[in-house]
Amino acid sequence: MRNTTTIALKEFKSYLASPMAYVVTGIFLVFTGFFFQSSLTTYSETSIGGFLVWGSILLLLLAPVLTMRLLAEEKKMGTLELLLTAPVRDNEVIVGKFLGSLGILTAMLALTFYYPLLLMWFGDPDWGPIATGYLGLFLLGGASLAVGLFASSLTSNQIVAAVVAGGVLFALWFVGMAADLLPEAMGEVIGYLSLSSHFPDFMRGMIDTRGIIYYLSITVLFLFLAIRSLENSRWS
Amino acid sequence: MIRVENLTKYYGKHLAVDNISFNVERGEVVGFLGPNAAGKTTTMRILTGFLAPTRGEVWVAGYDMSKHSLEARQRIGYFPEAMPLYSDMTVRSYLDFSSRLRGLDKNRIKTRIEEVVDICHLEEYIDVLIGKLSKGFRQRVGVAQAIIHEPEVLILDEPTIGIDPIQVAMTRQLIKELGKERTILLSTHILPEVSVTCDRVIIINEGKIVAEDRIENLSSLVSGSKRIRLEVEGPAEKVAERLRQIEGVFQVSYEDSHYIVECSAGQDPRGKIMETIVQGGWTLLSLESIEMSLEDIFLKLTTEEETSQ
Repeated sequence: MRNTTTIALKEFKSYLASPMAYVVTGIFLVFTGFFFQSSLTTYSETSIGGFLVWGSILLLLLAPVLTMRLLAEEKKMGTLELLLTAPVRDNEVIVGKFLGSLGILTAMLALTFYYPLLLMWFGDPDWGPIATGYLGLFLLGGASLAVGLFASSLTSNQIVAAVVAGGVLFALWFVGMAADLLPEAMGEVIGYLSLSSHFPDFMRGMIDTRGIIYYLSITVLFLFLAIRSLENSRWS
Repeated sequence: MIRVENLTKYYGKHLAVDNISFNVERGEVVGFLGPNAAGKTTTMRILTGFLAPTRGEVWVAGYDMSKHSLEARQRIGYFPEAMPLYSDMTVRSYLDFSSRLRGLDKNRIKTRIEEVVDICHLEEYIDVLIGKLSKGFRQRVGVAQAIIHEPEVLILDEPTIGIDPIQVAMTRQLIKELGKERTILLSTHILPEVSVTCDRVIIINEGKIVAEDRIENLSSLVSGSKRIRLEVEGPAEKVAERLRQIEGVFQVSYEDSHYIVECSAGQDPRGKIMETIVQGGWTLLSLESIEMSLEDIFLKLTTEEETSQ
């Protein structure tokens, strides 16, 4: 646990020391702010729906950018050698790095919190969908970071890591659309496996345990794969 | 302290380390010598747990690396080849990070960082980003992180490469100091380094150990270890031919009006050489025996290996 915290803090600090996290957060805030505002004026309802819809898609784009350096850079620079020869378990390395990036995601989401505060200032928003919406974004973001971390464990090239992660995430997101074209039973299975099919429930204010379990499973699965991939590097 | 048995490592089909075994006793400083791509770095990476061996067993500080890797790693300080560091961290935050990862007691961290900074002469640079440091100082940070948790075993992979001579001398002095109480395996392809710092040397070439002994004994391992340099007034070809016929002479070469006579192991034919020259009616101008330097031994061992293949 101590090692995990040490690594998580180190990663969080190095995000803060590099421009990447600021650029990503900036882009996230500018675009979600724009869509929040435009959905307000278009539908004139006190909801953060516009922010949630576009925020979820932006997360899929931006999570790979946040995670691409986590392991790929260490491989390229050779610093992984010192990390893996320290008395630290491979799972502590992966979970630590994941928590570091989750810290940045949390900070990013916290900075958007003035959207619902604005609604409260000018109106009387329904806090249920806002709370579950944030929970959904957090879970989806976490799963995306886990996919990104796994992609980063595969290569020493950051761009490749980002592209692979983006590809996996978009495939998982859009596979839900293919579900409609398939026979009922199969469509249901494929639909369940899609990142996108669980998000609307969170937006509507529902806490769907299936959705929570789904996002957590994706997170755990990809963290597990990243650990295996790291272990595997010792056997090259 | 370090025990390696029948260690073999393949990278795919390429054989990097070929069934090597050796021991390093507690408190010993052992030089691990070999040309580039001989398998030094691969062996060290296996010793530190960064790579798993294809076959063979490794014990460090009494722990089997394949079963108790964490306990073993706790007791190892490692300076990898080329010393990779996080360039976005300051020296202080990096040493803090390494000392935490290596399980140093929380209350000791602050004072221990000051100690290693003092040992490695990094006082002025403690709050500088590592990326802004010159090669020599980065190398000192590398040494600092290797010793910060006071490990029993130090594994140093070419710690003096690419830095200026003053810093090389400093590093060697530091290794000597550390070697008083710690076990050190030091890889290098710079030969004088070994004679300055090490008690014993292991020479590796193409994945195999070609020689292993205390430095002072090493020369006797090589056939024709004694060499004699002669200056003779007389017909060069004839002199060389007669010299070759003397019992105990292994090889004779002629360069710059000097004859170099290589002797078979354990032979000293100086008296016979003198006789031969007098008998031939030539004049002996000088005769001196030359010790084989570590370079000569090294070259001989590593090239013999090549020609025998």
